[in-house]
Amino acid sequence: MSAMNQLIVAPILLPLITAALMLLLGEKRRPLKARINLVSSLLGLGISVVLLLWVHTQGQAGSIGVYLPGNWPAPFGIVLVVDRLAAMMLVLTGIIGVSALLFAMARWDSAGASFHALFQIQLMGLYGAFLTADLFNLFVFFEVLLAASYGLILHGSGRARVKAGLHYIAINLVASSLFLIGAAMLYGVTGTLNMADLAIKIPLVPEADRGLLHAGAAILAIAFLAKAGIWPLNFWLVPAYSAASAPVAALFAIMTKVGIYTVLRLWTLLFSGQAGASSFFGGEWLVYGGLATLGCAALSILAAQRLERMASLSILVSAGTLLAAIGFGQPALTAAALFYLVSSTLALCALFLLAELIERSRSVNEIPLDDDSDTLPPALELSQPPKGINLDDEQKAVVGQVIPWAMAFLGLSFIACALLVIGMPPLSGFIGKLNLISALLNPQGLGLATEQPLPATGWALLALLVLSGLASLIALARVGITRFWTPQERPSPVLRRLECLPIVALLSLCVLLSIQAEPLLRYTQDTASGLQDPQQYLSAVFATRPTPGPLAQAKPAEVQP
Amino acid sequence: MEEVIAIAIGVLAASGVWLILRPRTFQVVMGLCLLSYGVNLFIFSMGSLFIGKEPIIKDGIPQDLLNYTDPLPQALVLTAIVISFAMTALFLVVLLASRGLTGTDHVDGREPSE
Repeated sequence: MSAMNQLIVAPILLPLITAALMLLLGEKRRPLKARINLVSSLLGLGISVVLLLWVHTQGQAGSIGVYLPGNWPAPFGIVLVVDRLAAMMLVLTGIIGVSALLFAMARWDSAGASFHALFQIQLMGLYGAFLTADLFNLFVFFEVLLAASYGLILHGSGRARVKAGLHYIAINLVASSLFLIGAAMLYGVTGTLNMADLAIKIPLVPEADRGLLHAGAAILAIAFLAKAGIWPLNFWLVPAYSAASAPVAALFAIMTKVGIYTVLRLWTLLFSGQAGASSFFGGEWLVYGGLATLGCAALSILAAQRLERMASLSILVSAGTLLAAIGFGQPALTAAALFYLVSSTLALCALFLLAELIERSRSVNEIPLDDDSDTLPPALELSQPPKGINLDDEQKAVVGQVIPWAMAFLGLSFIACALLVIGMPPLSGFIGKLNLISALLNPQGLGLATEQPLPATGWALLALLVLSGLASLIALARVGITRFWTPQERPSPVLRRLECLPIVALLSLCVLLSIQAEPLLRYTQDTASGLQDPQQYLSAVFATRPTPGPLAQAKPAEVQP
Repeated sequence: MEEVIAIAIGVLAASGVWLILRPRTFQVVMGLCLLSYGVNLFIFSMGSLFIGKEPIIKDGIPQDLLNYTDPLPQALVLTAIVISFAMTALFLVVLLASRGLTGTDHVDGREPSE
């Protein structure tokens, strides 16, 4: 094993050690803990980038890194695997983590004692879930990240958070039970929990057991899809995410993507084209579920009033788009979906951070935190200019004469975020959606004729993609008008430099993605073609031999029992 | 024996689901507990049920699953028990916080208006 292989386990160990250190430091030394947390998160991001470069620059054959934590060969011991998909998600997690942490360091981390420790444990769970190649190990990392998220969602306390947190925990505990049932059924049928070994065993399952196998896989998928936010299992998501404090909600922007990642990983491995009678099992359900999610989220975004709520609903829009696109099982579409995933996750993270800054100046009584879902937004022309405001010659209100820099910054960032979320040119959201539509219409590649016409679900996805963009446009434009243009006695919010930095960084990354989209597009295409053909993954996992220990070298002629 | 285990799992899961759907937070906690018991038994039974097989390797007995019980489900169950126990404890804390903040034990934080 080379030094690079050893690095695969580092994204898990580093946050674990840091979190342990945080707990040892006690409840007092918050600035010190914040600094250690930042250094550790940056280091984690650095390691992820190194892994990504390593995975990407290697040739096709060896582009998958495997680490055996227990030094047992593949089907018997737990395996950590980093391939292109995992490396991309690791880097995304690192970026989101550092941004959320920078934002939290300005103000939010003082709202509770264990913020920094929980934050690191959350990162550990996320990194672990992306790296592991063992079904039960995946369950453990899911529980690690969920346990941390239960603490984080309650960070800052308050009635709305505890109420939403209660529902969030209950739903996730039920989903974990389903996860266990599904994993146990897969074990009962195939006798293994290693993902690569499952991929080999599934074509060999006798016909009598195939129903049981499919039932197990479906129950397992329900657990992941509930976390990914598929309709109708997503009613917990919007209250929980919009009640969570801003940096936590920004970090949670990657949480639904964990569900989507696991669905993509397991579905392409277990039910690939080589899975015999089980090939592409359940794909059409992913498409239907994704379309329903997309449609419902687009409808409810029209009724949302608070920006946090809109951001949460945009998460559902992006989850629905991704699930539907993945469900088609076409490499070109999966590649486009992965590009969209990166762009939308960065944009939504920025939007959650921005939402708190924009809503900060809002008086608490204006829209109470609880009662938002029941009413439709009021029509805009009803709001008359208040008494005593400057009027110009035509008796119109004079507004926006002097724009404080804080409002200018917020306004510009809001426009950028809105463009990204809606998918309008010139930013990367547009490139993502354009790619999705292009891949939908030309599954073989641009200019190549396809033998079969686009199915009805494909047209539905195309229409919903455009319509959800329109719905987001209406909703975000309305909230932008009420927050920035409507004359109101509203003090300019006080912004701290640490709070602006992550937003600027995230949006610059999106701008960079718009200008330099090609490298990432090529990367996601390589990723999708790698997922299409799981043979590489399987051979990489099974080719890895344990490192011989000193005893084994001393006695090479050990008789196997 | 399969029937007994199957009925036990079924009763536990059914009671658990019924309790989870109840409006009081304590009932939900009890439901989650019962559901996790049912799930744990289910995982255990997935290693196939036998009577009188060796759990630990002994000299002189061939080392295969014909002569030993499958150790993996036992390891999985142990992990699952620990995790579900910890999560239930955490849920209890949130339950108490919710009761303190809202003054009611209804899951929605307010009594349904009659």
